[in-house]
Amino acid sequence: MSAKTADKIATAVIITLAGFIVLVMLGLLGFILVRGLGHISWDFLTSAPETIKEGGGIGPQLFNSLFLLVLTLIITVPLGLGAGIYMSEYAKPGKVTDFIRLIVEVLSSFPSIVVGLFGLLVFVNVFGFGFSLFSGALALTVFNLPLMVRITEQGLASVPQAQKEASLALGLSKWKTIKSIMLPIATPIILTGTILAAGRVFGEAAALLFTAGMSSPRLDFSDWNPLSPMSPLNPFRPAETLAVHIWKINSEGLAPDAPEIAAGASAVLILMVLVFNLLARFIGRLIHKKFTATK
Amino acid sequence: MKKSLMLVLTLILTFTLAACGQSNTSSNKSNEGSQEGTNGGNAAASELSGSILAVGSSALQPLVDQASKKFMDLNPKVSIQVQGGGSGTGLTQVSGGQADIGNSDVFAEEKLDAGPAAELVDHQVAVVAMAAVINPDVNVDNLTKDQLVKIFTGEVKNWSEVGGPDQAIQIVNRPASSGTRATFEKYALGTKTDDLEGSIQEDSSGTVKKLVGETPGAIGYLALSYLDDSVKVVKYDGVEATEENVANGTYPVWAYEHMYTKGEPNDVVKAFLEFMASDEVQNKDVVELGYIPVSKMEVTRDLDGNITK
Amino acid sequence: MIQSGEKPKVKKHIIEEWTGKIVTSLCIVLLVVTIFSMVYFVATKGLSSFFKDGINLGEVLGGSKWKPEGEPPMFGALPFIIGSFSTSILAALIAAPLGICAALLMVEILPKFGRKYLQPAIELLAGIPSVVYGFVGLSVIVPLYRDLFPGQGLGIAAGASVLSIMILPTITSIATDALAALPAGLKEGSYALGATRWQTLYRTVLPTTMPSLLTGVVLGMARAFGEALAVQMVIGNAPHIPNSLFESTSTLTSVITLSMGNTVMGSMQNNVLWTLALILMMMTFVFVFIVRWLERRAQR
Repeated sequence: MSAKTADKIATAVIITLAGFIVLVMLGLLGFILVRGLGHISWDFLTSAPETIKEGGGIGPQLFNSLFLLVLTLIITVPLGLGAGIYMSEYAKPGKVTDFIRLIVEVLSSFPSIVVGLFGLLVFVNVFGFGFSLFSGALALTVFNLPLMVRITEQGLASVPQAQKEASLALGLSKWKTIKSIMLPIATPIILTGTILAAGRVFGEAAALLFTAGMSSPRLDFSDWNPLSPMSPLNPFRPAETLAVHIWKINSEGLAPDAPEIAAGASAVLILMVLVFNLLARFIGRLIHKKFTATK
Repeated sequence: MKKSLMLVLTLILTFTLAACGQSNTSSNKSNEGSQEGTNGGNAAASELSGSILAVGSSALQPLVDQASKKFMDLNPKVSIQVQGGGSGTGLTQVSGGQADIGNSDVFAEEKLDAGPAAELVDHQVAVVAMAAVINPDVNVDNLTKDQLVKIFTGEVKNWSEVGGPDQAIQIVNRPASSGTRATFEKYALGTKTDDLEGSIQEDSSGTVKKLVGETPGAIGYLALSYLDDSVKVVKYDGVEATEENVANGTYPVWAYEHMYTKGEPNDVVKAFLEFMASDEVQNKDVVELGYIPVSKMEVTRDLDGNITK
Repeated sequence: MIQSGEKPKVKKHIIEEWTGKIVTSLCIVLLVVTIFSMVYFVATKGLSSFFKDGINLGEVLGGSKWKPEGEPPMFGALPFIIGSFSTSILAALIAAPLGICAALLMVEILPKFGRKYLQPAIELLAGIPSVVYGFVGLSVIVPLYRDLFPGQGLGIAAGASVLSIMILPTITSIATDALAALPAGLKEGSYALGATRWQTLYRTVLPTTMPSLLTGVVLGMARAFGEALAVQMVIGNAPHIPNSLFESTSTLTSVITLSMGNTVMGSMQNNVLWTLALILMMMTFVFVFIVRWLERRAQR
């Protein structure tokens, strides 16, 4: 076989395999969307689920997923930024820094079920937060923190050395340099990364089964006082997210239209992830453009 | 340009910081708030207020959930949270004091050590009956206890040996820790069985139903509330799994659904448990969700399985 | 040099510097505390089955009989360990060629098409929740395997198929980065010598990037090893070492998901489940160390 034929065959194989991926992915998306889209309506997105009757919706679950995401980000973003800044700017190369880097790596690859069990043991039982949004947010923080640290580090590393040095040479303190010069430049990367990481929070179920719980108490959407137990904003109420809800109705659903609800909810989840991805791209591009245009 | 960016960034920073601070304070406050609520519930007897946390059996969860909504309508100041997580979780949490009520498919004595189990007070709220189900393509209508035992112990591997077509039997079982399996083994088989090679194990009724309905030659068991046309129900020793037969004691495969409290319940929990036992719930929600009301039972059964009329 | 007028400014400078340093260090300390408490809690729970309940470590790691309710109870976790390894290795074997091909396409063959369509598509795969994968696996892959092969469709093959799609993004994105980071001179040199594209890829590009490509594969395997819900839905969950890829079996994660809620905390069976969680955790460390070793080779 001549080298040319081998080259052609190899190219064909590579293209076929890549095409296979696209097919699988289209099939997957098509399967979920075709089965689910027909079931999505305004009513489905806003009404509460039914136990045994038909026509239940996913309103509270959708809200819970979004609210849990916000809670998680409130905890993760400052911590992750802080830790990332430390790692990239203050940490001196050495054994300790290497060790911390190792820890971040280990933390990011822990199986979600182990994190969930840890949450059940510590946040739910030892700290006594119970099955609650707060416990869930803490468990998700464990996943998201290492991602956030890495994203921040990447963002800061992308800042041109000259800009950093110029600022330091002007006599600004290191902290001021980081805060006022480096972080703004790193923002597009950090923001894009955060949004992509948020998508993972949205789909997580294994860890939340054990921490945020599987029930959705009745919510009173006119009560925005975070202290009242029926308020949607109370972080100490149990909350079933969309992903957990899919798991639950798949396994124990009594409603006659449970399969349709599961399909509809799956489609909603996929669409949300899609929106997150597009948003991340869009915002990243927007900010990038702004920068390059003014520079 | 840089200035505006700085502004944006400071805004983001202040926002996150503020949000951080706010979420801290609000969480503290809400903690206090809920504590006050519980204390208030203990003190005031005239109008019920307080919060209840019921955790446990996912099989019982829909019933408690539905009843709790009604109860909250009647007592607007009471908030009840119902959690799944499994009987084991429910018993752990009620025994450890994290939950007010522990929902369980089995007697606490079967899961907990004698010490902690003795502290728990049993409230039986419903009866759940189970039936063996098979793939609709298998033309078998009745299985005797002996045949079932042989199937689930692997002695009989083909449907032709129990009067069906020449087709391999596929067992869809529950995990060894499952309460449903414990009930089925205790009252339908009368013996514990090993997990056979190649058997499928699913904990959730929905998945069991799906797999039995789709897999050729499959057999499994489901609570009556999950039965529908996708699977075929077989008679047990010639007795049909109906509410009537369970109530008069001719159909033996059933178990109580328990709601455990640690010691005697406080006023709010007590009122809720009384509500669970009232006709309003027993004759409506219990029946609607496919359970059998405790009040209808003509026989009772104790922990060891002794039946009294 | 310091004049009296500038003194307060310098002080402010220093305070600011220290606040920054302290605040960020605190974040790091919190991170370290989190992981240590995780290891501590899971380890104390997981080891109590040996110390408190007197189960033999050899029995758990080497025993093939899992009868938690039996008399006497037996806790041989070997079937789960074998299940976890075979499922994740098989998943990696399926996903690795696919992922690397996709990366080659994106970097070397059709960069425009790849970047525009393939990359977003693969990123989207990463975002699909594992529950949805399990749901699709149970509704599509299991019936398909049931019709095509002897058996019920559930088993290692179904689990590995679902997992391979789930870990594809991890492998692809790392492979893409590695290929893109390759110095252009290396390839140009090869082309200049008259090599075809495939010869260049096969003899120059792939060998040089091999450690990085393997890193991606190991990371993907680690993810497959720890995935719980999707696998539990399609693996069948019989606690036995299967005779074929299409026979029901269990993984470490699936048995934890199935039984954790049904057992009471502190009981022997529950403690053994924590031991399984501990094994999962230890495996994470092993995977991370393999990755580090590979990365060090890649840098050389």
